[in-house]
Amino acid sequence: MTTLLLAPVLVPLLGAVVYLVIGWGPATRYVGTGSAALMLAAAIGTAVLVAGSGPRTTLAGIIRVDALSAFMLIVIGAVALLATTAIPAYLGAEIAAGRASGRTAARHALLVQLFLAAMALAVLAANLGVLWVAVEATTIVTAFLVGQRRTRTAIEAAWKYVVICSTGIALALLGTFLLNFAAQHAPGTPGLDLAALTAAAHGLDPGVTRIAVVLLVIGFGAKAGLAPLHAWLPDAHSQAPAPVSALMSGVLLSVAFYAILRVKVVADAALGAGFARALLIVMALASLVLAASLLLAQRDYKRMLAYSSIEHLGLVAFGAAVGGPLALAAVLLHILGHGLVKGVLFLTAGRMLQTEGTSRIDGVHGLAARQPLLAGCLGLGTLALIGLPPFSVFASELGIARSGFAAGLGWLTAAALLLVVVIAAALIGHTSRMVLGAPPDGPGAATAPLRPPGTLAVTLVAGLLAGAALGITAGPLHSLLTLAAATLTGAP
Amino acid sequence: MPGDTGYVQALDLACGALLLTAVLIVWRRELAVLIRVFAVQGLAVAGLVAVLAAHERSAELAAVAVGLAVLRAGILPAVLRRALAKAGQARRETRPLVNVAASLLAVAVLTMLAYAVSQPLIALAPSAATQAVPVGMTVVLIGFFVLVTRRRALSQLVGFLLMDNGITAVGFLTTSGAGLAVELGVSLDVLLAVLVLQVLASRMWDTFGSADLDELRELRDS
Repeated sequence: MTTLLLAPVLVPLLGAVVYLVIGWGPATRYVGTGSAALMLAAAIGTAVLVAGSGPRTTLAGIIRVDALSAFMLIVIGAVALLATTAIPAYLGAEIAAGRASGRTAARHALLVQLFLAAMALAVLAANLGVLWVAVEATTIVTAFLVGQRRTRTAIEAAWKYVVICSTGIALALLGTFLLNFAAQHAPGTPGLDLAALTAAAHGLDPGVTRIAVVLLVIGFGAKAGLAPLHAWLPDAHSQAPAPVSALMSGVLLSVAFYAILRVKVVADAALGAGFARALLIVMALASLVLAASLLLAQRDYKRMLAYSSIEHLGLVAFGAAVGGPLALAAVLLHILGHGLVKGVLFLTAGRMLQTEGTSRIDGVHGLAARQPLLAGCLGLGTLALIGLPPFSVFASELGIARSGFAAGLGWLTAAALLLVVVIAAALIGHTSRMVLGAPPDGPGAATAPLRPPGTLAVTLVAGLLAGAALGITAGPLHSLLTLAAATLTGAP
Repeated sequence: MPGDTGYVQALDLACGALLLTAVLIVWRRELAVLIRVFAVQGLAVAGLVAVLAAHERSAELAAVAVGLAVLRAGILPAVLRRALAKAGQARRETRPLVNVAASLLAVAVLTMLAYAVSQPLIALAPSAATQAVPVGMTVVLIGFFVLVTRRRALSQLVGFLLMDNGITAVGFLTTSGAGLAVELGVSLDVLLAVLVLQVLASRMWDTFGSADLDELRELRDS
């Protein structure tokens, strides 16, 4: 059983060893995909186990899996499967264009595997300290992925990314130490173990806990792309290679937000629901306002997707602030639905950058006529992103809005919805300009043939189908979502 | 207890060194001097933990103190010096966003802020160690200030490490650390983050011809 629980960390580590020893080649191209598929399988196995017989602890209490961890593992596995399946086609095109070599490809694949292992460890950690270490580790392994192209802009993005995220995470470390201090003087001395902290939260000193919670939420919020420490996100997401952007936007942000969710459980028990709620609502609305104002006149389609991620994390934060079983289940569904759709969109954008040679919105015309499949994925993906049915983002946004009104946050919910509508209009406007219209005369700055590679096409369509299926019925995920939301409302 | 005065004095000495070095980093502009001051501060942090170890008679804490001394007064300054050697003639922080007088004034304000913020911490468990927490908090805030007001990549790096020294000091003054596994992970992460930033700074040097962050103006929304 320990093997099953540890598999999501160990499998990608083995994958990394394979790339370190053998390198990048026809034989190892799909090792990453295999490792992601195994991760997903292990996540589903863990979910079944945990849903049946409750949380499990292993490895001397360092690893603890409950329904929420299992759900996050499924999110990581699903988006990782999308991204890693697209990596061979992406790197193949980069190598063909002379922007990468076998060595950079091997390093890329290796770092992606380490990235997956660090994220899996973050959601499996039983201890806030270990969770912190894992989240900081994701910054370190992705730094060189962001700067992979070694252009001025890529290095600039990587520098900002590491400096801002490490600073944010340093604040979270200070918060962790202060929470540890409060815990040491609480009855039962729970230490940093999350379950013990939650159980003993009533005894935590409110003054110290308040400072700790502010630092933890702002610190992990930096990594989740929430205002005020969001400035790294649009740069890093627009400069990183497409599969890495897909992973960062689709899962890394939500893994960082997972840390906030865990902290919020402790904060609610120690300080009452109002404190973390006020903090999160301010950050959520600030993120939404920021995303809306910078999306309206956006000129770069990768930055457009990045700001849309800030918007969606803002919505997730809003839902978490509302609290309660319905809102939290909607938040978790939103994390999965957004991860899948945003993954598809970043992979599409990466392919567009390779074929069109520009990331400017006004550099792309009449995509529907020239690359119908890519244009279809971009169009449908954008529709899914703004929350049209049948995609799951519709269901989760509805859930967040309904519980917001029910919780007596009517005006704030209405303001959030208004911003979401503004953003939707901006996204539709930008995307329709790229998809529709007459194709330009003659060949543009195309650097690759206009037919997407088969694996990429399958990945994109599968991701969209999964997003739509999830919107029609959550199926077996429904009970897991309910259980995971219950762990966040203080129930065991 | 007779040994207590000695303990409090040693603690105050270490904290004084911590604060003084932080102020010196705000004051001075030569990058080589900054690195030397930073190494002294690393010793102060290690000394602080050593004092706590002697007071609590803990062999584990003593080992942590030795590890901190090696990392913060040895390895990290060496990494910074390598980055500086690469930077060649650009050895001074030129055109900082805030001048020296205003910076020192800001430090005074930050110190008061740190004392105000630390009140609940002292109230929870009054002791010689928690009385010193505001010093650690001040160093955190000064580090943040350096990070946002300096333009050289290397001085930003020093700002980040200053924050980290402050956080470590607060961590050990409030509790005796957060467990060995976490402590090791934290140190490893900091070391790796600094190495990553050093590599990025030298790549910046190769591509831009300088590590002046003013050159970082390519990415923006317009």
